[in-house]
Amino acid sequence: MNKPFAITLEVGSSLANKTGSWRTMRPEYLDRLPPCNAACPAGENIQSWLYHAEGGDYESAWRALVADNPLPAIMGRVCYHPCETACNRALHDAAVGINSVERFLGDAALKKGWAFAPPAAGTGKRVLVVGAGPSGLSAAYHLRRLGHAVKIVEAGPLAGGMMRFGIPKYRLPREVLDGEVRRILDLGVELELGRKVTDIRAEMAAGRFDAAFLAVGAHIGKRAYIPAGSAARMLDAVSVLRGMEGEDKPMLGRRVVVYGGGNTALDVARTARRLGASEAIIVYRRTREKMPAHDFEVEEALQEGVMIKWLSTIRNMADEGTLTVEKMTLDDKGFPQPTGEFETLEADSLVLALGQDVDLSLLDGVPGLEIRDGVAVVGPDMMTGFPGLFAGGDMVPSERTVTVAVGHGKKAARHIDAWLRDTRHAPPPKHELAAFDKLNTWYYSDASKTVRPMLDVARRSSTFDEVVQGLDESNALFEARRCLSCGNCFECDNCYGVCPDNAIIKLGPGQRYEINYDYCKGCGICVEECPCGAINMVPEKI
Amino acid sequence: MIQQTIKFYQTGTFTVGNRLLDESQRSVQANMERTNSLNSGHRACQGCGEALGARYAIDAAMRATGNRLIAVNATGCLEVFSTPYPESSWQIPWIHSLFGNAAAVASGIAAALRMRGQDDVRVIAQGGDGGTTDIGFGCLSGMFERNDDVLYLCYDNEAYMNTGVQRSSATPPTARTATTMAVGDEPGNPFGTGKNVPLIAMAHHIPYVATATVANLRDLEAKVTKAMALRGARYIHIHVPCPLGWGSDPALTIRIARLAVESGLFPLFEAAHGELTSRTFIRRRVPAAEYLRLQKRFAHLFTAGAEAQLARVQAIADRNIERFGLLAPESAS
Amino acid sequence: MLEQMEGSQAVATAIALARPQVICAYPITPQTHIVEGLGEMVKSGELKGCEFINVESEFAALSVAIGASAAGARTYTATSSQGLLFMAEAVYNAAGLELPIVMTIGNRAIGAPINIWNDHSDSMALRDAGWIQLFADTNQEALDLHIQAFRLAEDLSCPVMVCMDGFILTHAYERVDLPAQAEVDAFLPPYEPRQVLDPAQPVTIGAMVGPDAFTEVRYLAHHRQLSALEKIPEVAAAFKARFGRASGGLLRGYRMEGAETVVIALGSVNGTVQDVIDEMRADGMAIGSLAIGTFRPFPLAALRAALAGAKRVLVLEKCLAAGVGGIVTDDVRRALAGEQVRINTVIGGLGGRAITRESLRRVFADACAARLERLSFLDLDTGVVERELARERAARRSGPTAEAVLRQLGAPGSRLG
Repeated sequence: MNKPFAITLEVGSSLANKTGSWRTMRPEYLDRLPPCNAACPAGENIQSWLYHAEGGDYESAWRALVADNPLPAIMGRVCYHPCETACNRALHDAAVGINSVERFLGDAALKKGWAFAPPAAGTGKRVLVVGAGPSGLSAAYHLRRLGHAVKIVEAGPLAGGMMRFGIPKYRLPREVLDGEVRRILDLGVELELGRKVTDIRAEMAAGRFDAAFLAVGAHIGKRAYIPAGSAARMLDAVSVLRGMEGEDKPMLGRRVVVYGGGNTALDVARTARRLGASEAIIVYRRTREKMPAHDFEVEEALQEGVMIKWLSTIRNMADEGTLTVEKMTLDDKGFPQPTGEFETLEADSLVLALGQDVDLSLLDGVPGLEIRDGVAVVGPDMMTGFPGLFAGGDMVPSERTVTVAVGHGKKAARHIDAWLRDTRHAPPPKHELAAFDKLNTWYYSDASKTVRPMLDVARRSSTFDEVVQGLDESNALFEARRCLSCGNCFECDNCYGVCPDNAIIKLGPGQRYEINYDYCKGCGICVEECPCGAINMVPEKI
Repeated sequence: MIQQTIKFYQTGTFTVGNRLLDESQRSVQANMERTNSLNSGHRACQGCGEALGARYAIDAAMRATGNRLIAVNATGCLEVFSTPYPESSWQIPWIHSLFGNAAAVASGIAAALRMRGQDDVRVIAQGGDGGTTDIGFGCLSGMFERNDDVLYLCYDNEAYMNTGVQRSSATPPTARTATTMAVGDEPGNPFGTGKNVPLIAMAHHIPYVATATVANLRDLEAKVTKAMALRGARYIHIHVPCPLGWGSDPALTIRIARLAVESGLFPLFEAAHGELTSRTFIRRRVPAAEYLRLQKRFAHLFTAGAEAQLARVQAIADRNIERFGLLAPESAS
Repeated sequence: MLEQMEGSQAVATAIALARPQVICAYPITPQTHIVEGLGEMVKSGELKGCEFINVESEFAALSVAIGASAAGARTYTATSSQGLLFMAEAVYNAAGLELPIVMTIGNRAIGAPINIWNDHSDSMALRDAGWIQLFADTNQEALDLHIQAFRLAEDLSCPVMVCMDGFILTHAYERVDLPAQAEVDAFLPPYEPRQVLDPAQPVTIGAMVGPDAFTEVRYLAHHRQLSALEKIPEVAAAFKARFGRASGGLLRGYRMEGAETVVIALGSVNGTVQDVIDEMRADGMAIGSLAIGTFRPFPLAALRAALAGAKRVLVLEKCLAAGVGGIVTDDVRRALAGEQVRINTVIGGLGGRAITRESLRRVFADACAARLERLSFLDLDTGVVERELARERAARRSGPTAEAVLRQLGAPGSRLG
């Protein structure tokens, strides 16, 4: 074509005009820490596994999940999900049901028989793990995957620790527990059952272990002094729950009173109902608002007919099973104070659920090791005062939950690994938090949380069938897709679309984007319209 | 493109793309191979709504026509910032003739294509509000009444921006422009003036009329796609904020456009052969003040004594909401 | 084929023979009959492959033509007078975009006062818009020029106006020789645009050009116009070769042999001029005439050569540049720069006033006798204008001189009391 001079131009020739020179501020991509990840005691990268689940790639999701936590099917049942409490979506409509998706993934893995990736090449180092509870299993798993030889020594007859002996079946079916333990053992972790380690140093020397991780659970029920007749039947919660795992179920009678306000108290009361108790009464000295147990568990227990006496303490128990209960009142500071008013309760048995202690006798005489308030003191690297001896879970100062224990196991494993290699494990610096105000929630459509189906109440109160059922796939997908991906690009193409200067380069699936600074004028629309707060404006270096 | 209702929870139906969707269901703008009909290197101001609206619309039309498209451009910002010698930002056959004749030039192209046996090639005319609702209005109306096979796109930024922000017949009441300064008894553009060209277009009984906004890409693309599936005269009026003329933060271009819709000041609707056929519901209704407050051209509405003026603008929004039925039935209360 | 027909119909037939693809029409007297005829031919199917578009204004008419031409269609429109001025912006634009549109101007005066009759004020107003302007002396020539115009326009990528006097030609029934379609097809090949809006080869047409290149763009436009001065005689010659008659070209001399006095005119008045020249030659006067066939570009060199033996030139103009005089005269003077030739301008035929042989003979004789003022108005009713001027003088300067002076000094003085 014979084009007239100047009046007719070549198409697309404006690429010669580099409008990037106009810029005074530049957008930059960044990753912010999603609140769920920040809140997870097990250190899961929740958002990353939800990302895979959103696409229906459940195996990748599961693999991303078990990079941090080898027990997703368990966690999906027993975790109290602080992630959901932190979830930004709660400020939009309702928190993402992270826990239920985790369970869905865990169950899917068990059903399909997904195995862990094989361990790294052997390091020649041997690590002893004491206790096959969540913390010990978690540490064993991570250490094994890092290539170390691992042996777990467990005092109990079966692996699982408090997950088996403290959590009722209706919350954690045993085949789920067994399945996830077996998968860890399948990695080549050695497990010795029914032997209590009594002297850790001797044990390590005998087994030529290079390091040890102590993960003994709090199996000793705390007692309170309650004057009682000699025939009065008084039990502790841990023993009752442990007894549920044996052949002979505990004899609790028709009228059971449980003393305490934690989750264990609820577990025992609900177990009592299932064992046939017509009355299961929890006596707690403060109010429902002050109760340490989780509200949803209280709700489930109440639905199952468990009764709760608030603001009450037990003063004594007579032989014939009559309990004297004193009414309490809360003072200005919220502490319960006696009122001098009494009433009586009839009970066939009284179960004390007042907390648990750890048996620390195996640590006697270990030099440098400090015990404080009934637990071992450890550094930020989970190591005790004795080199090579690490501890976690119920043995160290912290909240006693399965999730915290699993997190300890992972953290300890990384430090043990570093210690074995004569280095130090330095976790990467955490990104700034992706707070709600960093999001542009316009782009998220309203989608309320999927409520997991529940067993009907009649069935629940008489059987040990699992109360809370899992999500089916469509529900799980729905739930996963409710994730806002706070602080991390999920490739929604908004930046790519909204740039008036076509200055965003889309790199393709999974590759995210780049900014073409030759043309970016620095208007900032991409930052403003990024739904998840993954772009930031910074002053241009001039 | 078939419009289908899909629930996207994470990404919403509102983001540009969605990795979870089949490629064919994603927006044109999400596509790595999108035309970028208006290419980088153009000289539009930072955050220009018109540059964005033009690329959105033309790219969508390109996809709808299999890249068989010619565009005519009225004089104005878009023309000036996209084609200063020696560089053009356009990737498509494009012609600029005059300020007021884009619709007529497009009619001529459509006629020529028919006579040359190329009527698979489709024609778009585009201009700003001045070139459309004022100086180009005669040619526009002529193109409409002849039902010429042209889609006319008006990028409405509510004043003559290219010449330095003077009032047009699309300038809203109270807006400050260089020729309606915020002084005197009725500061800014007077109430009771201006014209609604989409409604006037409907009065021509042409096959398709729609309003759209840069704040709702999928809605805009669906409308352009629908328009390109039809023959005859079609009109889409696209709301495009102008940071320079409106005195707004360039980063807020899309947010401001969104607030115009959510307040009811810019209703989104479609009409066929003169009858209203659909409206896009407001998702989260906001007071008009939320929209106005982000723009310096309305700054005088937020000074003492301007309450009555502000209330009159709110009344316009309320009237639109009622007139076009902009609230979804369940949230109508 | 010889046929008796109205000038407009002859032009319409010529346009149809040129196989246009898009015709835009907006009514204005006196060009209306042309597009009416074409409209009927398109609607009846007689003219195939052509779209006839009724638009809403002349501005739209030429704008539609711009679009059609840019998209590669052979495009035609017609207008007159106010219509041409209403599309003025587009007239410049079509030339700037180098679009080979052909447009008939049925020449007519411009108001106010409104006047529908013939003179050349309309096309003269847009003489520098970048279009080639051809003037027809007769209906036959109007017909022939339109066929030539498409070839010229398309060869040069430049729009062409064919100017024909309103009513005098457009509405006159004369015998014309209609060429055969095959002959026209052979003379005028299908339009091959220099550039076209095409998705297969996208280009940006109509860029904004700043100070860095605008001068060059204008220079090239000038250069193209100059090149038309070579192309126009070529096309005219080719036309003559195929159709056997002379039409168009730059200048058409009449009895120029030994002419000491030369009358220069544009359009249909040349017929009357030639009659008068015949009479005066018969009386032994050395007079001849030159019809300017191509007014834009202006054939400076050809005119200078043609006037080599002339002592006196009389430019007969149907347009007045108020406050200046003759428009064509200026160009003639430019052509004769440095020559000792007396140039007279006679303005005549304004707003359709008949130009009679008697009047022409009188001014030609005056010119030959060197009695003619440099600028004169043919058949001006001096009685009327003198009376009117006197009345105006009286109205303006009524009252005592002192008061008039005070008033001129300004209102403050009158407010002092």
